[in-house]
Amino acid sequence: MSANAAAKPAGASGAEASRLFEPTSEDALRDVIAGAVSEEVPLLVEGTGSKSGLGRPVQAGATLSTRKLTGVTLYEPEELVLSARAGTPIAEIEAMLDEKHQRLEFEPIDYGPLHGRERGLGTIGGVVACNLAGPRRLKQGAARDHVLGVRAVSGRAEIFKSGGRVVKNVTGYDLSKGIAGSFGTLAVMSEVTIKVLPKSEAETTLLLRGLDDEAASAAMALALGSPAEASGAAHLPMLTAARVMDGALGNEPATAIRLDGFGPSVEARAKHLGTVLEERGRLEHLHGEESRAFWRDVKDAIPFADGSERPVWRVSVAPTSGHALVMGLRRHAAIDAFYDWQGGLVWLRMESGEAEADLVRAGVSRIGGGHATLVRATDQVRAATEVFQPHAPALAGLSRRLKEQFDPAGVLNPGKMG
Amino acid sequence: MSIAMPKPSAAVLSRREEIVSALRAIVPGEGVVDATNEMRVFESDGLTAYRQLPLVVVLPQTVKQVSKVLKYCHANDIPVVPRGAGTSLSGGALPLEDGVLLVLSKFNKVLDVDFDNRCAVVQPGVTNLGITKAVDHRGFYYAPDPSSQIACSIGGNIAENSGGVHCLKYGLTTNNVLGLEFVTMEGEIVRIGGKHLDADGGYDMLGLMTGSEGLLGVVTEVTVRILQAPETARAVLIGFPTSEQGGECVAAIIARGIIPGGMEMMDRPAIHAAEDFVLAGYPRDVEALLIVELDGPKAEVDHLLSAVETIARENGATTTRVSQSEEERAAFWAGRKAAFPAVGRISPDYYCMDGTIPRKELPRVLAGMKEMEKKYGLKVANVFHAGDGNLHPLVLYDANKGELEKAEEFGNDILRLCVEVGGVLTGEHGVGVEKRDLMPEMFSETDLKHQQRVKCAFDAKHLLNPGKVFPQLHRCAELGRMHVHKGEVAFPDLPRF
Repeated sequence: MSANAAAKPAGASGAEASRLFEPTSEDALRDVIAGAVSEEVPLLVEGTGSKSGLGRPVQAGATLSTRKLTGVTLYEPEELVLSARAGTPIAEIEAMLDEKHQRLEFEPIDYGPLHGRERGLGTIGGVVACNLAGPRRLKQGAARDHVLGVRAVSGRAEIFKSGGRVVKNVTGYDLSKGIAGSFGTLAVMSEVTIKVLPKSEAETTLLLRGLDDEAASAAMALALGSPAEASGAAHLPMLTAARVMDGALGNEPATAIRLDGFGPSVEARAKHLGTVLEERGRLEHLHGEESRAFWRDVKDAIPFADGSERPVWRVSVAPTSGHALVMGLRRHAAIDAFYDWQGGLVWLRMESGEAEADLVRAGVSRIGGGHATLVRATDQVRAATEVFQPHAPALAGLSRRLKEQFDPAGVLNPGKMG
Repeated sequence: MSIAMPKPSAAVLSRREEIVSALRAIVPGEGVVDATNEMRVFESDGLTAYRQLPLVVVLPQTVKQVSKVLKYCHANDIPVVPRGAGTSLSGGALPLEDGVLLVLSKFNKVLDVDFDNRCAVVQPGVTNLGITKAVDHRGFYYAPDPSSQIACSIGGNIAENSGGVHCLKYGLTTNNVLGLEFVTMEGEIVRIGGKHLDADGGYDMLGLMTGSEGLLGVVTEVTVRILQAPETARAVLIGFPTSEQGGECVAAIIARGIIPGGMEMMDRPAIHAAEDFVLAGYPRDVEALLIVELDGPKAEVDHLLSAVETIARENGATTTRVSQSEEERAAFWAGRKAAFPAVGRISPDYYCMDGTIPRKELPRVLAGMKEMEKKYGLKVANVFHAGDGNLHPLVLYDANKGELEKAEEFGNDILRLCVEVGGVLTGEHGVGVEKRDLMPEMFSETDLKHQQRVKCAFDAKHLLNPGKVFPQLHRCAELGRMHVHKGEVAFPDLPRF
């Protein structure tokens, strides 16, 4: 079986890559990588290229796309498991799950709007490779928490598998997690197996209005420390609140707690949480579709989906420190910010157009640590910036050695992660 | 015992005295144990069929000491076996004759409890239950609950990626850890993650370390997520005339969108052994017994209990009993939790297996085990984490009658069957030495080599816990070679660039 070769570059991301390979089988995928190793041609690895704005620009001699490795190979709703080839559109998978009242519990962000693209263009391989997550991250984890197994081809042009199709499995190292979130720099996945879960029957969001960032942080900590089992906790300060749900919330800060599950349970929890929160501010409710629309916009960072290329950072810190980070940074730079994960995920937009990486990371370190990833910026800015958090020497050494073990020739997305 | 361990290094054995005194210089006082009678307690872990006295036992108290011990052993090519509470059921902490046993039991402090950020920072020697005890005054708990939770340490939980009965709903250890500090074989102290999510934004070292069975680093600090305990929990006991019906009921509950906090199944021999032992009130006239526990707000639990009862009836349940009090709920669980010792009463010895299968394959696997009972002339009692497909067949045997090897062969056959139906060798007990030589049943040579390349990134000299997990150790230099060379076309249809 041979790989298809076409002369055209792969979308916007592959401008520097003169050749495009779109293997249609795992063996062909392996052959492309073997060829790249043999001829020392670095590859830009992607699915559809929908997330090409993440990571550092790759200097590649050819593009390897998994977009033609498609198809759901196994879906057993009662077993809560789905396997699909890496290039299967995520939209197709979500629709298939929806039909059986199931979903991807990690609620992956769709970077399309933030990067000025449509929604729904990515692949399951891309979602796993970038270890995406959404507001439900704080309760149910990220993609890496739901990956049960992968098949992949490493930079050694060898096909290997890891994990399996069952939830409880400690047989050997959890390589699937190593591959998830490695942005195609260790191996190219050909197939992934993920855990899926039932969709919630009902959903309600409690909205506290008018809180400043610090008061919002305290209110979210209170809610998350109660038995309400919140599956989302976000705070949208004044300007950002106006940008979700097509402006339906007006320009007043909104602190949101999502409750979902079975109808009677959501009702009881909402009632109880309401009594806990009512002294903290004016309380409103979003039910059903309204609530889903709100969280979809928070998930996809719609407040910053402005069609611009102003740098946007995604910063992960201890939840109660998020607002202190923003307060500190405001003294030095013009920023706009909103919060997810109880304040532990800070979305920052740099209003001046400068990424200010040193400033942001010094701020993170000052409030006790975490990591900052530049998730939107021009190619030039991303080429000149450490997009991912730089690590201390010991950890950086482990990462470097891991890369050397899996991709000794450095053909897979070289430079993508720094 | 039938497992071959790496040949001890004569050079190391001959330098024992020198090594002991070098270690004493790092860890003073009683922190170095070298007297045979004092080392005896460390000669095996929970897999007691395997025993070996270590070269010397070291019990460090500080991270600096751990780092210095490892640096010294690295420089002198001395193997190191890390050990927590020693409850591993797969021999993960089995000592080596030429190896230092590094015991972390003095790392037993809860360093920080942060309720607002819902996490706790603890030392690795703190027990699993010890974490819950440190936070339960505010209604919190640590979710993964292996049945050894009173004794097992969180450091060991990281090494084994421990599970428990609540995995399907609350995840395994790997889903509940936020950060680690560990020391590499070279003595480097590495910190990953913390009170924030997604560790460090780079490669998922947290995911690789968790479940690595002490082969990648020695954990010296752990940050875990803590959760608010559910408002209520109630259990329902459901009896079925056949195990197939029990299995169908499990599938139907999940298909209805219900993820119970716990869902356990026992077969007739296990039911009888447990009932004889603790009088849990289990029905004796059923082939399969399901315990379904629902937890959460009262409104939810009440709502789901009636749904589960209906599903049970639709799937041919002959008895259903809902717990009416905390005491009754505890009694329902008492039988299940005592299943292993209960089986211990009816058989001189038992061998506990730990495969996981796709739930729907349960009838096929149970039928397969019936055949094997005939083949080996040994009996099996089954307890099954039905929610997540993790099977614990207990092979009953008598070591005094020389049945150990037969029991091990029986167990290996069960695990091969688990793999054949799409499952795995071990769901929560780990590979250790016990299942090491079965790894090729599940993984190809290339799969295993890729796993070992992780090892090479962390411990290129293979000094940390050698002889565990991998049936064959390839030298990292050999693994590092690339088999695709310039000008040499390894594949017939290689695309030309």
